[in-house]
Amino acid sequence: MATEAEGTGLEFHPMNQFIVKPLFGDGPVQWYTPTNVTLWMGIILLCVVGLFVFGTRGRAIVPNRVQSIAELGYGMVHKMVEDVTGKDGLKYFPYIMCLFLFIAFANMLGLLPKAFTVTSHIAVTGVLALAVFISVTVIGFVKNGTHFLGLFWVTSAPLALRPILAIIEVISYFVRPVSHSIRLAGNLMAGHAVIKVFAGFAAIALVSPLSIAAVVAMYGLEVLVAFIQAYVFTILTCVYLKDALHPGH
Amino acid sequence: MEGNIAELGQYIGAGLAAIGSGAAAIGVGHVAGNFLSGALRNPSAAAGQTATLFIGIAFAEALGIFAFLVALLLMFAV
Repeated sequence: MATEAEGTGLEFHPMNQFIVKPLFGDGPVQWYTPTNVTLWMGIILLCVVGLFVFGTRGRAIVPNRVQSIAELGYGMVHKMVEDVTGKDGLKYFPYIMCLFLFIAFANMLGLLPKAFTVTSHIAVTGVLALAVFISVTVIGFVKNGTHFLGLFWVTSAPLALRPILAIIEVISYFVRPVSHSIRLAGNLMAGHAVIKVFAGFAAIALVSPLSIAAVVAMYGLEVLVAFIQAYVFTILTCVYLKDALHPGH
Repeated sequence: MEGNIAELGQYIGAGLAAIGSGAAAIGVGHVAGNFLSGALRNPSAAAGQTATLFIGIAFAEALGIFAFLVALLLMFAV
């Protein structure tokens, strides 16, 4: 990839941007080592706190710009949870709001030049998806008991088909955390790698105007993708939660 | 022209896996196009269905992302 650009001393390999490096020195990465992931997760937390704690501190009747952004985001996720899961899902709204804010800010801040995209790593999104999967399963069993298993036994289908459908439903249930996490990580990783590939072509004089235009266009698309993927992750969490709260088909 | 046959297979496999991205593009276009044709018939009902639209797009897109992941694994992990 971009072999023509090699030897110029610049970093052109499209996957190099995803390497986890220690912040200080070049030592091995242990679990306690502060890395660029740690740094960017901290920045994400600071941004979320800045927007929602300091942005809404004034509690103005006529909100300023920061407060309206916070209010719009809050209202959007609140309406999403209420529409998809119903009134009894609102108990879990704070967690879903946290998920949305973390992912949205991780995606958006990852688009800054030289930034590290935390959500482009399956290790990060896998933990988020597994947390959702495990908690949703536990909620389903606690709220509905063994009735929760009715999720896999489709009573609206003909009796002969139900065992086959049960197998399919069980498989699709356990694939959920896989697709949930890979969708987010894959989208982010693909987008950033494509931007980097086009940036690599900018070193060749003949195609450089075209490739710079392509970088701009891809960047615009990535801003959209960053928001949509955060939205999709949260709305799928809501859908899974709805399945746990109301397992009847 | 030197190199081992396994590396050749990796590159060919990664290229073949990219076909999956095209297939996902067809799927996403199908979802969005059908949503639009439905929305133009009954615009008042369209606003309530955007969540379903995004879920459908996400499901269609996930399989394309799987294909992309296979390509990445072949290129960088195998």
